[in-house]
Amino acid sequence: MTLIGWLQIAVFCALVLALTRPLGGYMTRVFNGERTVLFPLLRPLESALYRLGGIDEKREQHWLTYTVAMLLFHVGGFVILYALMRLQAFLPFNPAGQTAVAPDLSFNTAVSFLTNTNWQNYGGESTMSYLVQMLGLTHQNFLSAATGIALSIALVRGFARASFKTIGNFWVDLTRCTLYVLLPICIVFALFLVWQGIPQTLGPSVEATTLEGAKQTIAVGPVASQVAIKMFGTNGGGFFNANAAHPFENPTALSNLLQMVAIFAIGAALTNVFGRMVGNERQGFAILAAMAVLFVAGGAVTYWAEASGTPVLHSLGLAGGNMEGKEVRFGIVASALFAVVTTAASCGAVNAMHDAFTALGGMIPLINMQLGEIIVGGVGAGLYGMLIFVVITMFVAGLMVGRTPEYAGKKIEAKEMKMAMLAILCLPLMILGWTAIAVVFPPAAAATGNAGPHGFSEILYAYTSQTANNGSAFAGLSANTPFYNLSGGIAMLVGRFFVIIPAMAIAGSLAAKKAVPASAGTFPTTGGLFIGLLIGVILIVGGLTFFPALALGPVVEHLAMQANTLF
Amino acid sequence: MDDSKLRKRMPVSTLFDLKIAAPAIAQAFVKLDPRTLVKNPVIFVLEAVTVLTTFLLVRDLVWGGHDLGFTFQIVLWLWFTVLFANFAEAVAEGRGRAQAETLRRARTETRAKRLLMPDNHEVFEGVAASDLRPGDLVVCEAGDLIPSDGEIIEGIASVNEAAVTGESAPVIRESGGDRSAVTGGTTVISDRIVVRITAGEGSSFLDRMIALVEGAERQKTPNEIALNILLIGLTIIFVFATATIPSFATYAGGAIPVVVLVALFVTLIPTTIGALLSAIGIAGMDRLVRFNVLALSGRSVEAAGDVDTLLLDKTGTVTFGNRMASEIIPVPGVSEHEAAEAALLASDADETAEGRSIVALMQEKYGVQRRTPPEAAKFIEFSAATRLSGVDLGARKLRKGAVDAVLRFAHEQAGRDLPEPPAFRAAVERIARSGGTPLGLVENDRLLGVIHLKDVVKSDIRQRFAELRRMGIKTVMITGDNPVTAAAIASEAGVDDFIAEATPEDKLHYIRNEQAHGRLIAMCGDGTNDAPALAQADVGVAMQSGTQAAREAGNMIDLDSNPTKLIEIVEIGKQLLMTRGSLTTFSIANDVAKYFAIIPAMFAAVYPPLDTLNIMRLASPQSAILSAVIFNALVIVALIPLALKGVKYRPVGAAALLRRNLLIYGLGGILVPFAGIKLIDLLVNALHLV
Repeated sequence: MTLIGWLQIAVFCALVLALTRPLGGYMTRVFNGERTVLFPLLRPLESALYRLGGIDEKREQHWLTYTVAMLLFHVGGFVILYALMRLQAFLPFNPAGQTAVAPDLSFNTAVSFLTNTNWQNYGGESTMSYLVQMLGLTHQNFLSAATGIALSIALVRGFARASFKTIGNFWVDLTRCTLYVLLPICIVFALFLVWQGIPQTLGPSVEATTLEGAKQTIAVGPVASQVAIKMFGTNGGGFFNANAAHPFENPTALSNLLQMVAIFAIGAALTNVFGRMVGNERQGFAILAAMAVLFVAGGAVTYWAEASGTPVLHSLGLAGGNMEGKEVRFGIVASALFAVVTTAASCGAVNAMHDAFTALGGMIPLINMQLGEIIVGGVGAGLYGMLIFVVITMFVAGLMVGRTPEYAGKKIEAKEMKMAMLAILCLPLMILGWTAIAVVFPPAAAATGNAGPHGFSEILYAYTSQTANNGSAFAGLSANTPFYNLSGGIAMLVGRFFVIIPAMAIAGSLAAKKAVPASAGTFPTTGGLFIGLLIGVILIVGGLTFFPALALGPVVEHLAMQANTLF
Repeated sequence: MDDSKLRKRMPVSTLFDLKIAAPAIAQAFVKLDPRTLVKNPVIFVLEAVTVLTTFLLVRDLVWGGHDLGFTFQIVLWLWFTVLFANFAEAVAEGRGRAQAETLRRARTETRAKRLLMPDNHEVFEGVAASDLRPGDLVVCEAGDLIPSDGEIIEGIASVNEAAVTGESAPVIRESGGDRSAVTGGTTVISDRIVVRITAGEGSSFLDRMIALVEGAERQKTPNEIALNILLIGLTIIFVFATATIPSFATYAGGAIPVVVLVALFVTLIPTTIGALLSAIGIAGMDRLVRFNVLALSGRSVEAAGDVDTLLLDKTGTVTFGNRMASEIIPVPGVSEHEAAEAALLASDADETAEGRSIVALMQEKYGVQRRTPPEAAKFIEFSAATRLSGVDLGARKLRKGAVDAVLRFAHEQAGRDLPEPPAFRAAVERIARSGGTPLGLVENDRLLGVIHLKDVVKSDIRQRFAELRRMGIKTVMITGDNPVTAAAIASEAGVDDFIAEATPEDKLHYIRNEQAHGRLIAMCGDGTNDAPALAQADVGVAMQSGTQAAREAGNMIDLDSNPTKLIEIVEIGKQLLMTRGSLTTFSIANDVAKYFAIIPAMFAAVYPPLDTLNIMRLASPQSAILSAVIFNALVIVALIPLALKGVKYRPVGAAALLRRNLLIYGLGGILVPFAGIKLIDLLVNALHLV
């Protein structure tokens, strides 16, 4: 570990924090329907869209209506995406002449992009046509991100409102998010990426003659536009198979730094939106602080693990850190940080192979996802996931100070607890359940790239990543099989919607409640004690759930490696 | 509140009291019935897996298997865990039952004297109390037990209510007004009353009280339901965590015996809080009963912990019941002694509390001697028409009373308009401004001075209110006084707000308004006109001495009729929630150590390197697992006293309270099992149990 390394981490954190308040303020105004800078430019377009869709923007929805609208929207999105992949051979913008995508892979991929997971059981440049990448995948990158943000805003409204029957209008939130937030940011960011050297073209791949005289096909395409949203929307689905490790997806140290900032930017800003909407910005900062502590701790462990290397490498004369699977242009710290950022948020873009990390270095990304990706998290999803943990934390804290638990002025009662527990249950059910099946199902177990605990980690990582809607791959696992495609698809669907539906039920139930004024008997949720308790609850709940699995994967691998046993 | 009296009446039974422990042990077995256990999901699941392992043990015994001794011990301790959980509940119920016994003794088969004709109060027949119907009229004479709850429609009597309140001093009950309700099981000591029965058999106050303390009518409170959901959720999580282990083990090339999996599962699920949850609830109600407060529902006890605003009647709560004289201000030209002597004479025969306080003040503060009044003295009693009282000593007519009435009297005596001395007016105004009541004093047509009557604020009340403020509770004083007087008393007592010239409608309106802002209100009252407000309040404490209407409107009844007890009620409510929260935290925090004990033991054969996680250095895999299971069972018993006594509440603000409880039950919950399991492991190995 070096000073420069720590400085890189510090600069990254400073950039994210600097963006939090301005972006949070802007998004608050957008979702409250107030005037913003872009209003004159985009308002006519927004109104036109409402007229086209027959939407009355003044009319708000009950939580059920809101949720049903969201679900229907996803059914439509799924059909279009699935059809595009199956029919890509007959559609334009297919210079490489890609053939139809297999049904199970199409299912997995459609679900994957719909749920903001972007798990990819395929190599983009060798499977998908430009049309699918742009109209299907990039388009879903926007919409799945906008959906997540809209849902989190609806939940925030639940906390902010009192005695309300409605929690907003899904179509309006979705439109505003896409038009005022995602599109403008991504256009600017895509231009920046083009400047850094990322291609943006509809032309076919380029043929090059190498120095040795061999012919090389260099894949290009509309990359910059997809990369911009893949980062800001925490989608993570790369244009190329190598994702952000590919020089055309992440060419420079600067592009790497700003891509990481982009992953966290909206998620961090949403905590500020929460604070502003509930009328106390410090509430938002407290949540962000809890996220920050978990993030920095995870980052430090991964950086330490990777920088220390392994005794096995050392005995081979490879002094220093573990550079296996890392890009030389990024080095250890930028790779370790990227891995933590991408799994803390539900991005899933990777600039190094997590499979090649040390056991402990690879365990942190795994834990980040298993905690439910609430460390900043996916855009929107991180906030509503975190708020569910807050509900549970405040329930226990409230009892311990002798009051019916409340948070942000809302009483937490049986209904909220029921929904919060439902949301928390789906994670272990999918992750542990599918892993348990896969490790004893011979064809699935055979798909691992390594034996022993490491192979176990590969499967565990695959289901963790999909259930948590992360999409990053541990690599090593050959997951493009009907079993993995189907089971993974189910994991992604459950992991997304069985958190969303309870979260929306909580939103509706909270919005209908009266606000309880704070008193000296109310436990303050802006201080260090709250932050500490929240972190404690997250770690204990997550830790207790996944301790056996982690013990049998990365932990035992690490302990065995100390004893020079490899798998 | 006199603590010593309470203890005498309701002895705090301990866990080791054989009278309670012995039947509780029997009850623990009775409660194994899955139909009753299903109400407690965590313990139900525990019993289910215990039965499963018992079957496996029997199978192994019949067909032969490995490690029978180990399996047998695990199964045995699993059964102990279930029994300990049942025992905890049984002990809590047993304590309630012991109290109910005391009450039941009062409800011996009583004979009642039922009137044959409603109009003739002399002719009655003897019937069994159980045959009485609401609406019947009964006669109760000195020495009779009042057969059931009712309302006095004729007469006045002193009644010994010790059977219900534990207070041996008799109280006066009379028809009409706010003291007309009587309770079944209490004894008439003197005089004769006619009572209209209001409660049917089985629904009298005493019946309800017995049912409540026995826990028979216990329903889960909203908070308990929410907590149960959390516990069920955690249980399901641990189902996932343990049920997937066999498959993981198969992948690693090993196999885990079912009994070991069950051991891990049982130690992980929140059995500690699951076992103690209902005991905590029962004990909470019980604590109230020992404070001589009867909560008619568990919901109201919980609500008491959430109260934001307390509405308190000024009289009797903030101040002593009566106003008292504090000084006399003579007009210029009249000596202090002369005025004091006149005041004493004018009040000599005045038996009201105010009159007596004037006599006492003049003697103590002004040194006036009290002499036997002359024969000729003619006392004038207070009347609402003149609003004056005093004495005529021949031509000397001394009067005291409301200022305008005194002025009118002087004016009449003089037969002409009298200039009011400016000093007199100034004194009157000064007293009124300070919140006191000025009482004019006049001799014939000569004004002598003004007596200052003031409400005396109870000495410790200011401190109690400060305590409440630290708890985050706002106090509001209700008074019929004018705003000036009310403001003065409010500031002296340190209440946060007051409602002056309050009518019953004002109270109701205030409560609704506070509730509309999301606050929870507690109030106490005794009069019939308090009933609507008592019903509207989230916590309505009716005084036992109050009317039937008030007692029915409230959701708690204070048997001591002491309004300041609202404060204790709030504390008990908070204590109830805190005990649940703290033990939940403790229970979950325990899991960390149990993982470290069991996981390395479980995979010792497959992955020897995992032994690094055996940070307690437990001797062998089997002893580690057994020790964790034993600890898990014993901790329930160890915590029963805490569950019954409750976690101590301190009015120190929420953050400080949480920090303290987190330190004890959170951090403690993580550390204690490490030590406990290690200790048990040493013992298990010393005794060669595995």
